[in-house]
Parts: sequence; C-alpha cells; structure tokens
Amino acid sequence: MSGFWREYAENRIALLALLVVAVLVGAALGAPWIAPQDPYDLAGLDLMDARRPPGHVGSGGYVHLLGTDAQGRDLFSAILYGLRISLQMGLVAGAVAMSIGALLGILAAQAGGWVETAIMRVVDLQLSFPAILLALVLVAVLGQGKTQLVIALVAAQYAYFARTAYGAASAERRKDYVEAAAATPLSTARIVLRHVLPNVMPPLIVVGTVQVANAISLEATLSFLGLGLPPTEPSLGMLIANGFQYMMSGRTWISVYPGIALIVLIIAINLVGDQLRDQTNPRLRR
Amino acid sequence: MSAPLLEVRDLRTHFLTRAGVAKAVDGVSFSLGRGEILGLVGESGSGKSVTGFSLLGLVDPPGRIVGGSIRFDGRELVGLPPAEMRALRGRRLAMVFQDPQATLNPVLSIGAQMALAVRAHEAVSERAALARAAAVLARVGIPDAARRLGAYPHEFSGGMRQRVAIATALLHGPDLIVADEPTTALDVSIQAQILAEMKSLAAESGTALIWISHDLATVSALADRVLVMYAGRIVETGPVGAVLRAPIHPYTRGLLDSLPAMAAPGQRLRQIPGTAPSLLAVPAGCAFAPRCPRADAACGAPPPEARLPDRLALCHHPIEVAA
Amino acid sequence: MTGLVVAEGLTRRFDPRLSLGDRIAALLGAAVETRPVRAVTDVSFVVRQGETLGLVGESGCGKSTLGRMVAGILPPTSGTVRIGGAPVMRGGRKTTTRIQTVFQDPFASLNPRRRIGKIISEGPLAHGLVTRARVPAFVAEWLARVGLDPAVATRFPHQFSGGQRQRVAIARALAMKPDILVCDEPVASLDVSIQAQILNLFLELREALGLTCLFISHDLSVVRHVSHRVAIMYLGRIVEVGPAAQVYAAPRHPYTRALLDSVPRLRLDDAAVSFRPIAGELPSPLAPPPGCAFHPRCPRASERCRRERPELAASAEEAAVACHHPHEDPVA
Repeated sequence: MSGFWREYAENRIALLALLVVAVLVGAALGAPWIAPQDPYDLAGLDLMDARRPPGHVGSGGYVHLLGTDAQGRDLFSAILYGLRISLQMGLVAGAVAMSIGALLGILAAQAGGWVETAIMRVVDLQLSFPAILLALVLVAVLGQGKTQLVIALVAAQYAYFARTAYGAASAERRKDYVEAAAATPLSTARIVLRHVLPNVMPPLIVVGTVQVANAISLEATLSFLGLGLPPTEPSLGMLIANGFQYMMSGRTWISVYPGIALIVLIIAINLVGDQLRDQTNPRLRR
Repeated sequence: MSAPLLEVRDLRTHFLTRAGVAKAVDGVSFSLGRGEILGLVGESGSGKSVTGFSLLGLVDPPGRIVGGSIRFDGRELVGLPPAEMRALRGRRLAMVFQDPQATLNPVLSIGAQMALAVRAHEAVSERAALARAAAVLARVGIPDAARRLGAYPHEFSGGMRQRVAIATALLHGPDLIVADEPTTALDVSIQAQILAEMKSLAAESGTALIWISHDLATVSALADRVLVMYAGRIVETGPVGAVLRAPIHPYTRGLLDSLPAMAAPGQRLRQIPGTAPSLLAVPAGCAFAPRCPRADAACGAPPPEARLPDRLALCHHPIEVAA
Repeated sequence: MTGLVVAEGLTRRFDPRLSLGDRIAALLGAAVETRPVRAVTDVSFVVRQGETLGLVGESGCGKSTLGRMVAGILPPTSGTVRIGGAPVMRGGRKTTTRIQTVFQDPFASLNPRRRIGKIISEGPLAHGLVTRARVPAFVAEWLARVGLDPAVATRFPHQFSGGQRQRVAIARALAMKPDILVCDEPVASLDVSIQAQILNLFLELREALGLTCLFISHDLSVVRHVSHRVAIMYLGRIVEVGPAAQVYAAPRHPYTRALLDSVPRLRLDDAAVSFRPIAGELPSPLAPPPGCAFHPRCPRASERCRRERPELAASAEEAAVACHHPHEDPVA
C-alpha cells in the first residue's frame, strides 16, 4: 500500500489534484462553520446586498469575498453550500450506480447464457444513448427533488459500471485461481464474493472516480436547465444558471465563480481518476 | 587462426529501474568464430537474453549498455550510431525471437513483409525480392513456398511462423544469427524439425549462430560450444560435449543433475537448493556461493578463472576433471 | 482389475461461441466457423490406487481438457469419471473433495488479493476439515510440509517466486486431504533448478500421503520420472497406454515412437546428433482425418488406416495400443 502511495505521489499533477479534491471536500463538509452566511436562511438575506461585486462589505458587516447574487446571497457561502450538494449528489449517485452496475455486470458474467445476453444487450443499448437525454426524460417524468435526481443520475450511469464490471469479471472468471476455487469445490456465492469481486473492484473504483465527476457535471447541467434540484437548495449548476441573466450586464461574478469551482472540482477528480487508472493498469506500468 | 567474427569483452548491460540498478549482464566476455554455433544457456534472470539483445543494439530503456566492447568483424558495435546499427542489423546480423508473432506484421502477407525486408537493404525489384523470399522459405522447410507468399501470418501454425521468422533472418545471408529461445513455445515434434533444419542451414551457409536457451538438451544437440550464465555473469564455457560430460563449475553440475533424465525414474533428483539472486542485489564475489555445496569463505571474493584446454570456468573450487 | 479413478467414454466438445453478428453473417453465407471442436473423444482409462498415471501429448491433444474433466472442473459432453464408484460431478457441479488439482501457472492460480494463509485454509474451512481455532496451526503445518517458512502465511502471492508459489499451490491442494491429485503441467513454467525442487517435493509428498495421481505434461522426461504408467494422447484420443518403462523402452504406436525420437537428448559425447522428426503438422481438431488420426504423418499407414479407426483395447488392460500396425510387443 505504501508503494502504491509513493508511486501516486511521484506524479506531481495528480498529487496536486488530490490536494484540490481534499480541500474542496473539506470546504464542503465544513461549510456551516466556514461560510459567513447560511445561504438557505432566506430571512438572513437582504435585497440591499443583491448583485454586489467581490469585496463589497454588506449589511452583515463582513466582506463578500466573491460578491453576492441576485437575492443578496454571499456567493462564497453559496458556493460552499453548492459544493456540498453537488458532491453529495455525485457521491450518492456514483455509489448507487456502482453497486447496481457491479451486481448486474458480475451477474451477467457469472450466469452466462440468456441472462448474460439480456443484461448486456440492455446495457449496450443504453450506452448508445447520450446519458443526458435519459436523465432529462427521467427528471421530466419523475419531477424535482433529491431522490428523483439521484434516480435519474443512477439510471444514466449504472451502465458504465455494468460494462466495466462485466468485462473485468469475465476476464477474472477465466483465470486459474477462480478455476482452482471451483475445483476445491467452493460454493458459487463464495467464489463470486471472495474471489471475483475483490479483483473487479480496482477497475470499478477507477471508473467510479470519473463517474462521480460525470454525475456532478450532469447534475449541474440539469440544474442549469432548471430540471435539477429545487431553488431552495441551490447546487453549483443552479448558481451558474441564476447568474446567467446578468452576464451581459457586466455582473459576471455571479456565474463565473461557481463555474470555476465546478470546473476545478471536475478536472481535479478526473486527474485523480486518470492516475488511479494508470496505476492499476498493468500494461501501463513500467 | 583468423580473427574471430565476434569478440565480446566485459559487456555490461544494466537496467536503471525504480527499485535500483539491475545488473542483467555484468562483465560477459566471449568470442565466436565464423560458422560457429554457440549455445547460451541459463535460467530466467541469468542475463542470457539481454546478452543477445545487447549484441544487436536492441536493449530498450531503462536498459543500457554501460560498459565493455562488442567487436563484430573488426567493427565496434557499442556506441555505434542507431542508423549504422540499423543498416547492419537484418543484413549482417539478424535475430530470431521466441515469439514469432512479435516480428511478423499481422496485416501484411508473408511475401510482402519479406520483400520489404529485402528491399530495406538492397535496391532490387519487387519481383526479385519475392523470388528471394520464396527461395529462403523453401530452405527452411516450408512446402510449396512460392504459393504461400500470399498467405498472412495467422494462416500459419506456430511452427510455420517460426520458420518464416528464421527465413526472414536468413534473407541477406547474415554472418551471425542470434536466436532467443526460438523453439521454447513449440511442441517437441516441431522443435525437432526446426533443430534439424537449423543444423543443416548453419552447416550449408556458414552463418554463425548464437542459440539462447534454458534447455541443455537442445543446446547440446545443436551447438559446438556452450556458455553457461548465472546472475548476469558467465560461469562456464567450453565445447558442448566436454562441458556437459564433465562440468567444472558446480552450477553447471547442479543444472545437469536437476534434469529428470539424469536420475533413475522415481528417484530423488540432486536439486540445487534455494533460488537465483535478484539482479538488484547480486552477492559480492561468486553469485552462486549461497546455493553452492562447495562454497566456503573464499567465495566472498570474485572467482578466479579455472582453465582447461579450450575450457574456462569462474570458480574458487572447480570440480576436478581429467583434461 | 479395477481402478480408484475410472474414466469411461469421456468426450468433450466445444461449440464455437457465436455472437449475434456471427450468426447473421453465417446465415448470409460468410465463412464463420460453426463446427464444434472435439477436444477429447471417447477416452476411457483407470488410475489404480497409489499409482501415478502420466498423460503425455503435444499442445492441442486434449490432455488438459481431459485433466479438467477428471478433476471435476469441466463437465464432460458425455461419459463419466468415478472415484471409488461415486461420480466426480453431478449436474455440472463437483460433488467430491477427494480429487484436487495443481495448476500449471502458479502466477495465475493463486488469487493475487488473498494472503497465503487464507489461500491454504479456505477450502478446508469451507468443508469442515479444520476448525477455525486450529487454522493457524493447520496453515503452519502445511507450509512447513511444502518447505516454506510458516511465517509467510500473512504474505500475498506476489511476494513469492514461481517455485515458492507452486509450493503454496501444492499445499492448497493437499490441505483438502485428497486421495487423488491431478497435476496439470505443474513444472512447465519453472526453471530447471526449481523444477527439480518441485519434482522432489512431489515425489516426497506422494510417498508420504499415499497419493494417487494423474500427472499431465508435455515434457516426456518429467513424465517418465514421476509416472508408473503413461498414456499418450493424439488429437483427443489415447493412442497408447502402458507401464512407463515399457512404453519408453519399446513404444508400440508409431506416434509414441516418433514423439520419443523427437526429444533432443543430452549429448555427452562429441558425436554428431541426428534428428528424426515426425513429418508434417498436427491436423486441425475441427476436421480430424478419417480413420486413424495419425495416418497422414505415419510411416506405417496403410489403406485400412485411412478408412477404419483403430480402437484402444479395454481400458482396464495393463497396456494397450490403438493401431492397426503396431510395433512388436516386446513382452508377447
């Protein structure tokens, strides 16, 4: 494990990306303590403070580091809380999609025959659609709300995990150690849980990292289009959308700062994922 | 006696890895006459393949020839510019690999790639190149060679592909062919066919051959002289029959005694204890000492040369043999 | 004469796995291979109590497939394998622990994410051969028996060399307390000096535990060293079976003879070596030649060999050969 970490640390960019992810996650977790204002507390907002540029000292008596939005929210606070929601959505959707995808993928590889054909055909069919299209349709049907959004994100993403799990599990199943377990004999459940699954996890985690980033950007897209979360709980996507109408009037900060936060988060997660992929892929190893 | 075709002096090829310097070849010296067949024997990690790759300038980073000299027909190969090395390789020096897949292009027909190989070094017409290809294919025992020029590598069996690789090596009538475990992946019946053909080819064409193998039996069947390597160094060299009949070095003895054919069926084999050292941490002095039944305190120092007429071993306590 | 292991009429066919695209292409007349591969055809043999039967053949002869059917890993298309009268598999699942397997590649046969102790104790624990409390002592005992330091139980496979891993694989198989061991090319991937160590270990444990073995290898000298009897396979069938000493000294099937002649022998004198290779190549198992499968390469083939397949005499015989024109039987 220490060797894995040392190798990871050798890539400076990946190390920096990990640091950025850690800082952003820390900031999101610590938002209630770090943020000067609770952006959800509508009573604490003052329209007098609306659309002020960065550096403005508002009625609260503190500096609005990144300015305020149209409702007079402190943007810095709103971004911290937005990060919180974006990460929460990304992680929950990613974890659920990974569980469902892994289950289906391993089941398909293990069962073979018509079960395999049925599952993988559906997965392939779904992978040929743009994920955003499916998510849009689902949100339109299910309505707004956190649960509905997670369902839409999971539905749009489980197929990637299923593909990966299926590929990895089919490869592992053909290896001698699985054959050796079957030859002992051990029960199929034990072989799948104790032998196949642990060896399928590394590629799934790699895909998972990237898919968390994708879920975040997908959620941001939906929220930007007004189909994501309700306006009472603004995620980064909604903050960007809210500021969009003021872009032309020169009050660019309302959209730009949440946008930067979103981009930095997604790029950093992707860089971490790339490094994990390189490190777990034996063919890329020196 | 005229100058040898190949003279290797104190060759050192090291790999600079994350974990340290792996001394894959560490001070190997030997020479080879024209038309001679040398068997290069050793277990995995002995440096036998890296020695072969070094001769053709085919060592890839992080590996590097860090010292020594390779004189081929009077010309120094260590430090030769890549372009000159390429011009030499394929024409006067050729290599045959264990896996012929690695050298054959799957999307070109056998004839097309062999013609390319011919025309890489000689300005001849396509027709003449193909005719040459057909001729060498026939020489390595491929029936109906002219017609099979249009076939693709996947249409050949493993044995046939290895024949094509050998034929490609023979295209320019090289002075030296280095063959790295060329029959290891093949079945015994196919191996026997290829060994028989190699033997007669070497005799007919006067091409010198370095046959790298872990298998003492194939080397003994083919080679004039044998060179035994252990942990990047030579431990023993001499005429094949003499060395295998009465080895001087305890490692060679141990290797022979490990063969099931050397014991009565069902009887315990006289095994060598332990495992070969990591190339990152080769013991000082004699590398074989930790596994050697004859080792003592003296073996901590670099082993001296124990010479017999035409033979050499590097050992503090060589096995006494009648000269 | 009865055997501890009795294989009767074992046949294994592999149907090509056709994708939807392949099926459509085949319907449209494309050259898609739809013929099944007959890896093993109608093979019967016995392994007697305490005996090691060596199974030899070149790649593609079906020896590994046969071994996997005997070991209960692969269900046969038809035929049965019985141990002491009880079938090894029922409904596609292995039902006995009396037969265990050592695989060729110790880098692939050990789960890279499990510790050595777990690898050895998992099977015996699952089958109640050892109590959880006794596992550490049990693992230590088996590690010591295969020549490893008991302290290595907490390490992972990648921390070991090939020879050491093969020792772990042997310990894993024997910890199940089997009566029969199937060894599928157990030393093929090892260096000569390590191969000798593993062969010695095998002989030692076979003796100590009174094991009955099926030893599969392409290496004729290894098989000669460990086997009491040998069976030679060619293109999915056994062509000759008999006591090892007899088959090696006086092979009766022309293929056995040619195979033995192909093996380069260690040359201890300076005389020139002559090779007598078998002519030609293995035919495709998709379309084995009619009659005797060896006839296109056989120097003794006659018209009869082209038409009529020679049968191997009853499986329980001490020695048998499937050939119309065998070489002289030295005993008769």
